[in-house]
Amino acid sequence: MAIAEDHIADPGISTARISTAMPGDYFALLKPRVMSLVIFTAITGMALAPADISPAIALIAVLCIAVGAGASGALNMWYDADIDAVMGRTAARPVPAGKVAPGEALAFGIILSGFSVLTLGLLANWLAGGLLAFTIFFYAVIYTMWLKRRTSQNIVIGGAAGALPPAIGWAAMTGSVSTEPLVLFAIIFLWTPPHFWALALFKSADYGRAGVPMLPNVAGNRATQRQIFSYSLLLAVSGLAPWLLGFAGSGYGVIASIMGVVFIWQGWRVLRMDSEDAAMQPAKQLFAYSILYLFVLFAALLAEALIGRFA
Amino acid sequence: MSAVDKRRVELTEEQRKSRRARNIALALVLAGFAVLLYVATWAKFGANILSRSF
Repeated sequence: MAIAEDHIADPGISTARISTAMPGDYFALLKPRVMSLVIFTAITGMALAPADISPAIALIAVLCIAVGAGASGALNMWYDADIDAVMGRTAARPVPAGKVAPGEALAFGIILSGFSVLTLGLLANWLAGGLLAFTIFFYAVIYTMWLKRRTSQNIVIGGAAGALPPAIGWAAMTGSVSTEPLVLFAIIFLWTPPHFWALALFKSADYGRAGVPMLPNVAGNRATQRQIFSYSLLLAVSGLAPWLLGFAGSGYGVIASIMGVVFIWQGWRVLRMDSEDAAMQPAKQLFAYSILYLFVLFAALLAEALIGRFA
Repeated sequence: MSAVDKRRVELTEEQRKSRRARNIALALVLAGFAVLLYVATWAKFGANILSRSF
């Protein structure tokens, strides 16, 4: 963690460089809100898996997946500190705000990555550990360092990192990966573009200032609105897949149908929105609804899986 | 000894406070990790941990 240099060579040296970071600043590096979604989707993957492991090992596996996801967030904040500083949404993050030094964020991310992967590999199995390592690498290197500043498809491809936690959870339980976790992967993967492009529509000035080539900044609002609607259709169909493939019940099917129809309607409203609209209410509403959509679908899957296990 | 003392930098109250908070947090994390490994060892091996073949 931070180094308090209380024996610096020069007697006249300033103490301004000595860290005043609090533990909460390091916790903020882990992107706790993203981490909570990762935990939730990973637990769903674990609950659906047709296997039983010790509850203690299952709990530790969830902790490892959460810490690994947090570590990739810390690495992202280390690398993106320059663009985070010029965006209103991210300017208060610990590194651009000057609370945590970049080197400290990097070391924090690397150490947590190592510990989370090794612990998961040793205590669960090495497929799960390997998938977690790949997820961290994909988010920190492929998405953050390579794609984010180079292509408008950054969040489409990068979305794979956010979609993997259910598969890691499944792998931790079973030591393998099969159709079910891949369907959960597909749902989150297809959810990511409409979610982030809705945000990018009403935050395009921020992204433009930072030089991040989000779709609205590169292809324009109209093209983004069309893409959002297309992905909404794909997402609504993929949301039904667990029911159609038989690993979720009719209760889930009804919920996914209703939520999917509402998602398409929200996407339609974004499509019909005036692309010069300053308020962008439909995009803001879709962004908020997309979070609810993913939560409700995974909550329904989790509830059915738990009822099936314990009933 | 006096030469060493002169080279020391006095931390501000905020710096002292944050360092103490970081140290406590780190101690808790390390203690938690030790507990985690203890629990995991029992969960993985149970009573078999005492059955060694020499």
